[in-house]
Amino acid sequence: MLVVAFVSFSLFNFVGDPINNMVGEETSDEERAELRETLGLMDPIHVQFSRFIVNASKGEFGISYQLRRPVSELIVERLPATIELVVISALIALVTGTLLGVYTGINRKGFLSDFVLAISLLGVSLPTFVIGILFIYLFAVILGILPSFGRGEVVDLGFWTTGFLTVSGLKAIILPSVTLSLFQMTYIIRLVRAEMMEILQTDYIKFARARGIGENSIKYKHALKNGLIPVITIAGINIGTLIAFSIITETVFQWPGMGFLFIQAVQFVDIPIMSAYLVFIAFVFVMINFIVDILYYLIDPRIRVKGDVASG
Amino acid sequence: MSFLKINNLSVDYQMRKETVYAAKNVNIEVNKGEILGLVGESGSGKSTVGNAIINLIDEPGKVSSGSVILGDFNIHENSESIVKYRGNKIGLIFQDPQTSLNPILTVGEQLIETIQTHLKLSKEEAKNKSINLLKEVGIKDAETRFDNYPHQFSGGMRQRVVISLALCCEPELLIADEPTTALDVSIQSQILELIKKLTKERNLAVILITHDMGVIAETADRVAVMKSGNLVEIGETKKILTNPKENYTKSLVSSVPPTNKKISRFVIIEKENNNKKENNIKILNRWSKKEIIKQDLVKIKNLNKSFDDNFFTENSKNSVMAVNDVSFEIKEGESFGLVGESGSGKSTIAKMVVNLFKPTSGDIFFDNVCITKIKQRSELMKFRKQIQMIFQDPYSSLNGRLKVKDIIAEPITLHNPSISNIDLNNYIYDLLESVELTQKSAYRYPHEFSGGQRQRISIARALATQPRLLVCDEPTSALDVSIQAQILNLLKDLQEQLNLTILFISHDLPVVRQMCDRIGVLKDGKLCEVSNTEDLFLKPGHEYTRELLRLMPKIESIYN
Repeated sequence: MLVVAFVSFSLFNFVGDPINNMVGEETSDEERAELRETLGLMDPIHVQFSRFIVNASKGEFGISYQLRRPVSELIVERLPATIELVVISALIALVTGTLLGVYTGINRKGFLSDFVLAISLLGVSLPTFVIGILFIYLFAVILGILPSFGRGEVVDLGFWTTGFLTVSGLKAIILPSVTLSLFQMTYIIRLVRAEMMEILQTDYIKFARARGIGENSIKYKHALKNGLIPVITIAGINIGTLIAFSIITETVFQWPGMGFLFIQAVQFVDIPIMSAYLVFIAFVFVMINFIVDILYYLIDPRIRVKGDVASG
Repeated sequence: MSFLKINNLSVDYQMRKETVYAAKNVNIEVNKGEILGLVGESGSGKSTVGNAIINLIDEPGKVSSGSVILGDFNIHENSESIVKYRGNKIGLIFQDPQTSLNPILTVGEQLIETIQTHLKLSKEEAKNKSINLLKEVGIKDAETRFDNYPHQFSGGMRQRVVISLALCCEPELLIADEPTTALDVSIQSQILELIKKLTKERNLAVILITHDMGVIAETADRVAVMKSGNLVEIGETKKILTNPKENYTKSLVSSVPPTNKKISRFVIIEKENNNKKENNIKILNRWSKKEIIKQDLVKIKNLNKSFDDNFFTENSKNSVMAVNDVSFEIKEGESFGLVGESGSGKSTIAKMVVNLFKPTSGDIFFDNVCITKIKQRSELMKFRKQIQMIFQDPYSSLNGRLKVKDIIAEPITLHNPSISNIDLNNYIYDLLESVELTQKSAYRYPHEFSGGQRQRISIARALATQPRLLVCDEPTSALDVSIQAQILNLLKDLQEQLNLTILFISHDLPVVRQMCDRIGVLKDGKLCEVSNTEDLFLKPGHEYTRELLRLMPKIESIYN
């Protein structure tokens, strides 16, 4: 986290003179100096950095150059849109990915399996923005059933604005979330499929069969549970990637989330937003990995009692 | 009327080009209360028959013909009906207890699920039944262990859990597929005792599949011998083992290392090579044969090795003493055997002798120089040249991407970079001939060879540097008995002709008896006793040695 904070801090400080970007042409030198003083830009670097860290931990990242509003305010405003998008697409990816993975893992030969695998190949190889544009063309332009951009109507719950409560909001989230989930989904399909195929060959599955345990229990209780352990690792890492990918998806669909904000910030060299975004993404990655470790602990008994040497 | 009747059972594997028969027209009958031993070497189809009884053959194999009659029912009538016999009427035990339990379900969950699949019991009743079962198979604190996961049990305990799972719905037929192969001798005898006891108490019909003649001799009432899918001979254990009719059975029985006497060579009936003495003369010309001097080639003094659990803090509380204060000497030209169960530290000692591990403390002297204290690389290389190792697993100890020629050439060119190409090739041919392989094999890859042939390549590679000490770490335990006999004969011949000193490590007491002049017995990293082989077997000094000898499955027990 500190390393990322430092990188984003360096961005903040060393990429050009922020004052030049902030003020107009006709500002006098005295006014510039005064602004520097108030922004604390004349202090030594380590003082500035520690101030940056302290402020960052309080959630303050300064003022956006372009929009002249505190960055934290902007992020809080945009956060719900991104979170909703990412959560929905992660759910789509996990649920459909696992289901299709199990199906193709069990029925290895079959028209449907081959079809799913062929489609998944497309999903891996096509870039997100191409898929997004194709979706827009198909569903919004030709069929005209789903909106091509924006979040639709949102309901403000005070601390959170949600699109889940209106029809147009729900409609609006379908295309971007499916687009975003497609890459992860294909990844998970292939992973689950490989895991299932491997586990169905193991001795304990054979032994379970030899005990006459029903096929359904073997597949969904014995095999799937074991197969999901690596999926959790990959999925955890990938949810972070999902947020990163959301930059592209949000741009394609004009989704008013953080990724979109970030792209706009890049265009206007709005460094406080960019550094805040970087710190935020790093924070999310660390948190997700932490959660994955805890999940591991809950799911895999071998980790839970590590060090407890077999006795008897 | 026999309880189980297998009539003309055939199992096919439909390959792209041909059909391979894993079993062909097998007829076997088993009575209640009887243990039938099914023996054969790897690939003989013995496991196939076991799995075919409950129609558990992996794709693309299938039961192509024949019937299996259990009691009054033909259970192979259709593939649907067989499912209800699995676990219910027929229990199956697999070889490796480490992998045959689902790692993320508790033992209790697995037991309850199996019981509820077949018997109409409530969860509470099923739990009580499982706990009683666990007690019956000899697991202490069954109530608490019920909620443990498989990895919390040791290998022997896990196999007991597997047995309880196989028996939980009171089957009448038990098929045990190599149930003790992955276990130590002491645990093996416990598990076999358990199977015998359960057979009597529950009046089970048991099929015991194994490659170990000693196990058969001690447990089976009748024995069936299989070879490449065919049933060779079936009859009473005593008759088959003492007076076999078929040639194959004869050679199988004669390959088994006897436990009660030392023989100079194994009698190999099927394939005896007569011209081998001449072959070795060629490599003898190159060999600067050492005269045997009456001296200790290897001296090991107060050797210790501990493995720390924690990498950063050297906390002696957590560290495991793999080798604990071991001292012994090996004389030049002798074979010294190290025996012990798994985890006794025998392989760790081997690796320290060849300098793959650094000892925590203590010294190893080779030819009166302390090799553990050598710092210079060039000095170390001199010793590496004189000490070579043969590993247990011939499948993973040869690099599959190199030709045999390159595998053997590597140590030669390493120690003698100036050797000419013609010289090198000739030397490799001589080496291959000395281990009874053809010159052509130099241009093939390891995967084209069988396990026994691969172990021969390993030996050729080890001999390439003309070592004085050969460290053999379980060189035959991955091999079939008949191949084992050939390899052991080869090692004996080579030792005789080249005056090699051998450190022979094995868990297999009969093999050690045949191979070694002196033996050290290891237990939990400590050396229990060192003595001459025959003394050790006839009047063992240490309590643990007596225990090991008592538990060792003896093929001769059939005579009593």
